[in-house]
Amino acid sequence: MLAVIGLLGFGLLSKGSAKVAVGDPVPDKELPVLGGQGQGAVADYRGRWVLVNLWASWCVPCRQEAPALERFQRRYRERDLTVLGINVQDNSDDALAFLHSYPTTYPQLRSVGNERSAAFGSTGVPENFLVDPQGKLALIWRGPVDDRFLAERIVPIVEGRAG
Amino acid sequence: MRRAFLGAAALVVALAFAPPALAAAPQTTLTDVEDEVMCPICGTLLELSNSPQAEREKVFINRLIAQGKTKAEIKDALVAEYGKEVLALPEGSGFDLSAYLVPAIAFVAAAVALAFGVARWRRDGAPPGSQPPAAGGPSDEEAKRLDADLAKYDL
Repeated sequence: MLAVIGLLGFGLLSKGSAKVAVGDPVPDKELPVLGGQGQGAVADYRGRWVLVNLWASWCVPCRQEAPALERFQRRYRERDLTVLGINVQDNSDDALAFLHSYPTTYPQLRSVGNERSAAFGSTGVPENFLVDPQGKLALIWRGPVDDRFLAERIVPIVEGRAG
Repeated sequence: MRRAFLGAAALVVALAFAPPALAAAPQTTLTDVEDEVMCPICGTLLELSNSPQAEREKVFINRLIAQGKTKAEIKDALVAEYGKEVLALPEGSGFDLSAYLVPAIAFVAAAVALAFGVARWRRDGAPPGSQPPAAGGPSDEEAKRLDADLAKYDL
């Protein structure tokens, strides 16, 4: 009986999501490039600010925030900042169709299933995580972003103006 | 006559062992697949899910069905796209193996305990607390009392 209870407890704990907080190292892993060759990771951009965007093609708010993220990328890519998309909980065909409808110039990675969402302690999509040049989480935003949010919450941190 | 019988028997045997490739493979259906896979985001069987993600998963399955994929191939493709959480049935390895092992072990343990109990009961005789059967017939006193009681119900 104890063994059964132990097994159940282990199962529950091993399937739980991680908890991440501002100041923690960003959960990172080599992932395949979406619609391309090779692998990529957040660590590839060490020394720059990275806005990690978890998204899925079936998610309506992801469609709404995609143009704002692209505008942000175009405006700040020369200033040591990049957006990094990570497609989660999706299938590749739908993800590529999404990028056809909402083209992005920033890099896109793909995570199979729920694994990266769990690593980020994610509760849904979209979610956004600002990572500082040292690879630590500077802001966690569990929801969609728009131009105003990016200007008022992300830019002050990146420019060192945040209080 | 005998030759005809042998010929018919040979035909029956040949048909019985004919390779199944001659028969058309049954077409997989969405219904056949969706009760064995999950909508990973919803945490429910795909057949019970109507979320946007579930609808896309159904479209994905239908696309593979249209390509003539078998159920096993479709499930493999689903795992490649959505991860192993997409399978409704636990895998036969790792921690998921316990889903099959624990009931089997419990069944074997119960069977062994029952066998030991029966063997002990048979070795020790009647269960404790029960009265042993009378060695012979009723005593004289009991016989008299029985006759008296029966006389009251003389029909």
